[in-house]
Amino acid sequence: MFTQELLDKSSLMRKKWEDEVKKVIAKNPDQKPEWSTVSSLPINRIYGPEDIKDMDFEKDIAYPGQFPYLRGNQATGYRGKYWTFRMFAGMGTAVETNKRWHYLLTTGQTGLSTAFDFPTLMGYDTDSPKAKGECGKCGVAIDTIDDFRDLIKGIPLDKITTSMTINPPATALWAMYCASAQEQGIPLTKIGGTIQNDMLKEFIAQKTLMCPPDPSVKLISDTIEFGTKYVPKWNTVSISGYHIREAGATAVQELAFTLRDGMEYVEDVIKRKGLHVDEFAPRLSFFFNSHIDFFEEIAKLRAARRIWAKAMRERYNSQDPRSWWMRFHTQTAGCSLTAQQPYNNVVRTATEALAAVLGGTQSLHTNSLDEVLCLPSDHAVQIALRTQQLIAEETGVANTIDPLAGSYFVEALTNEVEAQAWEYIHKIDEMGGMVAAIEKGFPQMELSDAAYKFQKQIDAGEKIMIGVNKYNVEDEVVDIPIVEIDDSVEVEQLKRLAETKRKRDSRKVAECLKDLAGACKKGENVMPYCIEAVKNYATVQEICDVYREVYGEYRDPGIY
Amino acid sequence: MGGRVIRIVLAKTGLDSHDRGVRLVARSLRDSGMEVIYTGLYRTVEEIAQTAIQEDADIVGISMHTGGYQETFPRLRELLDSLGAGDIMVIGGGVIPEKDARSLEKSGAVARFFGPGTSVAVIIQWIQDVMSARK
Repeated sequence: MFTQELLDKSSLMRKKWEDEVKKVIAKNPDQKPEWSTVSSLPINRIYGPEDIKDMDFEKDIAYPGQFPYLRGNQATGYRGKYWTFRMFAGMGTAVETNKRWHYLLTTGQTGLSTAFDFPTLMGYDTDSPKAKGECGKCGVAIDTIDDFRDLIKGIPLDKITTSMTINPPATALWAMYCASAQEQGIPLTKIGGTIQNDMLKEFIAQKTLMCPPDPSVKLISDTIEFGTKYVPKWNTVSISGYHIREAGATAVQELAFTLRDGMEYVEDVIKRKGLHVDEFAPRLSFFFNSHIDFFEEIAKLRAARRIWAKAMRERYNSQDPRSWWMRFHTQTAGCSLTAQQPYNNVVRTATEALAAVLGGTQSLHTNSLDEVLCLPSDHAVQIALRTQQLIAEETGVANTIDPLAGSYFVEALTNEVEAQAWEYIHKIDEMGGMVAAIEKGFPQMELSDAAYKFQKQIDAGEKIMIGVNKYNVEDEVVDIPIVEIDDSVEVEQLKRLAETKRKRDSRKVAECLKDLAGACKKGENVMPYCIEAVKNYATVQEICDVYREVYGEYRDPGIY
Repeated sequence: MGGRVIRIVLAKTGLDSHDRGVRLVARSLRDSGMEVIYTGLYRTVEEIAQTAIQEDADIVGISMHTGGYQETFPRLRELLDSLGAGDIMVIGGGVIPEKDARSLEKSGAVARFFGPGTSVAVIIQWIQDVMSARK
């Protein structure tokens, strides 16, 4: 990167500076002995040319739209289009969530994102005893395609993309989306959106669990294959670091485990489905957390693009640049927010959103200040969305692409985060891949250790959370409006489900489910069977019960 | 004190899979010298009560981050009482509205509910205090 002459000069100047530092701290010691990121990555007092002297501009940095895509996939950056302002929303019944969506679209939001309630997320219907008391509480309740039609009422499916945060029952919900589009006369080739559909991170972190790891991955490969053939604009998996981070991972762990999960899916589809990597890899999408440590997050996101590009080209011999692009959504860190002094959360979220943008995210959700306490209120959601709009349209940070490139510190940190991530990736390779590593409990224990270490640091005051372990307000009364979901939602939803079950042809439903079970046993792609089943009003649980029956249920070992 | 080691069962119930908090507390209590049994996710209240009795627990704690707590805690309390385990204390933790936490405490469904941001040191101290007061 630099001439020897410059490096020599810098080295002399650095020595002089170091002497000066020594003199100053002899008189005025630093406030604390060690300075590190929120993930405990040590940070130097200063960075200079010598910290990035081994970088090669062409190989390691380059320009946007050029390998290794450190600076972004798109040549035009945010000038052509800002990131998608995609706020996660869902509560109560499908009708209520649909109302919220229409409201959000009037406020300038450009994509939709669905939060489902716990029973839906876990593949149970509202009338299951397990679902009691949970209906509509933390998201929208969807049991059958009747609910789904209400959810998307008036939303132009060929214009607005919708993301669905759904994992074990992803095939059932995606089938409902596909079937609803067909009913509206919109061909599957025209619809765009995302299903999260990433089970590996569920075993590692989020723990919405249904079947064991291997059949779980098989179902994901089914959706990737089906999307590749029939729904080419759909992101059939959103390989997620978000939840890994929320469960306590460091930035490096989030990055490494997420990318290794992505590699596991790539390898499974190649092996199980016989597809060529470039047939499906361009539709793989990712989802990261943006935590509170500003530069660490920027480094992580930049490193993510570079690692993925290298992995696709070198590990899998991909020839298509679109496969090399890492496309990702980002959400600010829920776990960085505090119940104490909740208005401070606006500042945290703004900082995290800015890091995501400087890291080049393509889509962003900003958390609302009240999310530690309850579902977000309309007002809190508006502030969160305005935070993004303000970053985009007032601050000027979107004027130029990857403005931090070439910063000694940011490049050095990006390199460091990447190097540490590769170490983990190679370690997991040696274990036989991510499924094998999960079966050994490896990523789970790594997270457990990191979460525990962080909590100890908080308790000892080594890491600061304002309002929690510093600047606390004695006897604080948190006075913000709490959004609660009425229990009448459950009554209403039970009525709706009973009505659908009454009007459907149960013989036909049973037939569809039998066919689905047959497909599972024979190892066929389940998607066509799911679409047929939901068209005939099979419920989310009925489809998931088939999977539980054929593939078996996974029991959480309760590792801590 | 020199008495027996404090035994505590920690659990997750229903469909709630947020387990960062409970695993952290499990580890911290273990490191403070208590005997900790963590059930894993998705246990029924009946299973939790049975585990608490079989493990001869002094305390059983449920971590909750979703709805359903208004039913779960009173049911666990009743179940333990009806099974002759009235001496096993019930505690809770997680994210629920402050006023609901206080009303669960008032009704006796939980001895104490620890809300978000509670330091584990506070939990450990509280447990040690109530256990030594019992002796």
